Amino acid sequence: MPQGEGTAAVLRPPRNTLNERAVGWWRTQWLLLTAAPVVPLAVLGALIGPARFWLLLPAAVLAAAGTAGAVLFPLWWFRTHRWEITGDAVYVRTGFFWQEWRIAPMSRIQTVDTVRGPLEQIFRLATVTVTTASAKGAVRIAGLDHETAADLARQLTRITRDTPGDAT
Amino acid sequence: MSTAAPPADWRRLDPRTVLVTALVVAGVVAGAAIPVTLGLTRWSSLPAAVLQVLAGAVLVVGAAAGADRVRWHRTRYRVGAERVDLHTGLLIVKRRSLARGRIRTVDLTANPILRLLGLVTVRIGTGEQGSESTLELDPVTRAEGERLRRLLLERATTAPSGGAHREGELAVLDPRWIRYAPVSFVAPMLGGAAAGAVMQVSDWVGAQGDVIEWIGDRFRDTPLLWMIVILVLAALVAGVLGALGLWVEMWWNYRLEREPGGTLRVRRGLFTSRSISVEEARLRGVDLVEPLGVRLVGAARLDAITTGLAKDTEARNADHNTLLPAAPRSRADTVAADVLREAVTPTGAALTPHPRAARGRRLRWSLAAVLGPVLILTVLGALLTPVLLWIALGCAVVLAPVAVALALDAYRGLGHALSGRYLVTRSGTVRRSTAALERAGVIGWTVKQSVFQRRAGLVSITATTAAGGGAYTVYDADASEGLGFAAEAVPGLLEPFLERSGGTGATGGA
Repeated sequence: MPQGEGTAAVLRPPRNTLNERAVGWWRTQWLLLTAAPVVPLAVLGALIGPARFWLLLPAAVLAAAGTAGAVLFPLWWFRTHRWEITGDAVYVRTGFFWQEWRIAPMSRIQTVDTVRGPLEQIFRLATVTVTTASAKGAVRIAGLDHETAADLARQLTRITRDTPGDAT
Repeated sequence: MSTAAPPADWRRLDPRTVLVTALVVAGVVAGAAIPVTLGLTRWSSLPAAVLQVLAGAVLVVGAAAGADRVRWHRTRYRVGAERVDLHTGLLIVKRRSLARGRIRTVDLTANPILRLLGLVTVRIGTGEQGSESTLELDPVTRAEGERLRRLLLERATTAPSGGAHREGELAVLDPRWIRYAPVSFVAPMLGGAAAGAVMQVSDWVGAQGDVIEWIGDRFRDTPLLWMIVILVLAALVAGVLGALGLWVEMWWNYRLEREPGGTLRVRRGLFTSRSISVEEARLRGVDLVEPLGVRLVGAARLDAITTGLAKDTEARNADHNTLLPAAPRSRADTVAADVLREAVTPTGAALTPHPRAARGRRLRWSLAAVLGPVLILTVLGALLTPVLLWIALGCAVVLAPVAVALALDAYRGLGHALSGRYLVTRSGTVRRSTAALERAGVIGWTVKQSVFQRRAGLVSITATTAAGGGAYTVYDADASEGLGFAAEAVPGLLEPFLERSGGTGATGGA
């Protein structure tokens, strides 16, 4: 990521990428999101003769845009979403247009949640959410292999349990 | 079980709670009685109506008092060595227990009736979210309330050691501070509310038309513009009077003290007296807040940044964490230094200004906010009627300079610095906030950079914390300098993820 000329300090990218299956997971989400308006439009277009053109045209445009997005965006996201756990902190980078780096120190972690939605289960992925005492400091890693996620949650829970104090 | 006295270490609320409830309900009933009586006279004679209403009132007041008597009978509390227990409930007995080590706040409030009887309501909180973690003793005598407060907040003097710090009184009310009340945002809001209330009430009694007609009559011979100006002025005067009254009720008898054992205590209130205690071990800094009007006359308010103020309490009473009402800036700085046990307040530290690119961003935002609506008006005007074009022109001429002034002021306000144990960030123009957050209280970083910020070499860096608003942000700092600042603020946290390149011209490389 070029940060412009003359910079003296930049945040380095976290070491790990997400699981490759996250690309498929994102694509499915994207396609489902596209199908939500396209399918009703197409069905109505097939049924209502007089308005057929004005229903099928937006359906086609949306379908084309959605498919293109489903092909391209996940590849891009896969490169920008990264994560890393060190002995001292959880470090996550997300987003491209609004890039965001989040750092939560191990000593301040309060809860570690692992969530697997229905789609994630199909792709054998999981989301790990790490919360601190701050209402605005949660760190979320979505699209991990579910075994990696379970290991990660176990590891984080153990470290947090061994850290004294109430993490505020 | 009859009226057997509770075991020795269990205590009861003050029995006069029954009287308080009866008085409060009687007040409400009295308010409702007059319209009900008037309504009943349609069907029966006046004495009969009065008699019926009186009977109903006695019944309602009696029922409320009876219910409260039962509640009093079933409520008891105990302060043990380890825990505070409260058993209460009208129908279902609730038994709740708080570990004494987790108690963070003990607040006393007393409305006028309670004050007359020498009673207070005590709220004991652990500072966690949700009302379940707050025990409420409503009411106990003032002496018992004070005893509980002292007993529960007393710690083995863990007061942080610091050079210059004072015990006892840190600030008391200066009546001259009332001059800052009318310039707050409360005044125009109350003015608007007053005008709205006149319309609403006259609508209820079906006289709204009469009111409008009466106003129209007063201004028969004056031009429309003057009428608007005079009406707005009248609303503003009403708002200013309301703001003054509100200020007196909120801040009369104000006093900020430091108590032995490391507790800050704010006491205030004319009719309803409030006592708010903040444990110093929970204090993570202060926020010097300068709303636009208050800032223009050189004043500032001081808020505490503290963990353990329950979110629901905050929502109910926005002034819960205010340590000092709007006061002269130098006074606010002194109080901030005293509160933080510092010789010089970090809120007064010299701040690093932000790059000029941040000014451009602010100018673009505020001009877009003004010109967007103007553009829509122009398009509509071109399509529909030229009147809209004139309105658009007027808006652009009046609002654009205001927008530019606000944007420039917002840019001038931006700044950040490290000052001793604190990191300081300042931002905002309508509500300028200078937050001094304890570096040890930072529990994470969030760095954000949009595409536009990346091109301009800016970043927004947010320090997350368990206290106050949960996050304090340095907006649009120079990317490299800002990251260096964050890395230095909390040693070891950001550093491992930074790549520093020696000379200029080298890119960070990915």
